[in-house]
Amino acid sequence: MIPSRPKLSRRFRLQYEEAQSRWVLLYPEGMVQLNDSAAEILKRCDGERTVPGIVSELEAAFSVQGLTPQVESLLEEGGRRGWID
Amino acid sequence: MAGSTEFAPVSEALSLLAAKTHPAGPPLWLLAELTYQCPLHCVFCYNPTQHARIKDELTTAQWVDVMRQARKLGAAQLGFSGGEPLVRDDLEELVQEAHALGYYTNLITSGVGLTETRAQRLKDAGLDHVQLSFQDSTRELNDFLSHTKTFELKQKVARLIKAHDWPMVMNCVLHRHNLPHVGQIIEMALALDAEYLELANTQYYGWAWVNRDHLMPTHEQLIEAEAVVNRYREKIGQRCKLLFVVPDYFEQRPKACMNGWGSVFLSVAPDGVAMPCHNARDLPGLKLPNVRDMALADIWQKSQAFNAFRGEDWMKPPCRSCDERHNDFGGCHCQAFLITGDATQADPVCSKSPHHEKVVQLVKQAPAMRHIPIVFRSDAESRVLHPQA
Repeated sequence: MIPSRPKLSRRFRLQYEEAQSRWVLLYPEGMVQLNDSAAEILKRCDGERTVPGIVSELEAAFSVQGLTPQVESLLEEGGRRGWID
Repeated sequence: MAGSTEFAPVSEALSLLAAKTHPAGPPLWLLAELTYQCPLHCVFCYNPTQHARIKDELTTAQWVDVMRQARKLGAAQLGFSGGEPLVRDDLEELVQEAHALGYYTNLITSGVGLTETRAQRLKDAGLDHVQLSFQDSTRELNDFLSHTKTFELKQKVARLIKAHDWPMVMNCVLHRHNLPHVGQIIEMALALDAEYLELANTQYYGWAWVNRDHLMPTHEQLIEAEAVVNRYREKIGQRCKLLFVVPDYFEQRPKACMNGWGSVFLSVAPDGVAMPCHNARDLPGLKLPNVRDMALADIWQKSQAFNAFRGEDWMKPPCRSCDERHNDFGGCHCQAFLITGDATQADPVCSKSPHHEKVVQLVKQAPAMRHIPIVFRSDAESRVLHPQA
């Protein structure tokens, strides 16, 4: 179940780490190291944007088409892991 | 397949060479052991038994400097631990600085000293999370094992943590006395709204090593406890994450200790000694650096201690040629030292170790050794165990 307006859980903190040159999710005593696409999606999970909104924004920003499956699969995974409210 | 056997040693040599010249990645975890002082007297404490001989704690300014340097190197997770970190009255100041530096800040506490006032100050300072220890689900055992009357206090502190909207990890060290209570311990974590419950089977270091015979469970107790944990996992789903830390004396393969020596973990002790593992103080042959004398970058990248077991050069048989060496990095050096007398041996928990039988015997002999009195952690006992530093 993907929420219509996904929001990053307040129990996770999304942060860019200079030393690792990547975005990470921080939570109690742990860290998820994100790849670039996962980070771009999660950055937009603010509870305001809709899933199609996120998709079209990313497609425009990176000049690609057909990102819906990729975004949905990341959001599903994020839901399972508790990243998304 | 003659070709592959012929070429295998060459590629192995190349990979060893690469490991040797490869620079260290960034530390991701800074464990700040602010003090070894603690109001509790837990029989399974992993702190060094010579804690009473270790004086001269770092000042606030020195800790701030350590945190700045470690953050610059890449550390993102910061654990304030001890001892009991709340003994330090500058904890709030340190948390505030850590928060400003961009750390995710974890307070690892017994709960003693976490008053309403201090909780509010820590919240204002930006503390992200609290890990609270419990000794058992019953007052009797909790208070006996910690040699303090702290059971009710911990319940109160747990509610305070939730009232301040912190995520809470509850930690309970498991051994033969409380393994049968694991279901009630989980129920308690659920009742207190913990997001995570760390069921930490005793690791035998420090005071726990001294008291190992009293703590050593049976295989049957562990199997039963793990079954209870698995039943709860199915029942409660995401509500509370149950972590069952492996009882490694009962395993056939060692844990990937510290995720590899000098790989991600940097521990600084109350007296400024920097270690790749918070139990490494007693390992012979290590020249442990102190943050008072050396820049943290040099400690992490260049010091003898942090390079002693980095990579694979240190490995002897059976690790050297083992196809599982990338999974467990040879296990725990402190354990190898305690059990075999040699930190460069494979962790004897591994069934491939020529010393594995010693681990089997430690488990087997435990019931017969319980005439030796249990030793509660205290300054006095510390001085008895270490007559002079």
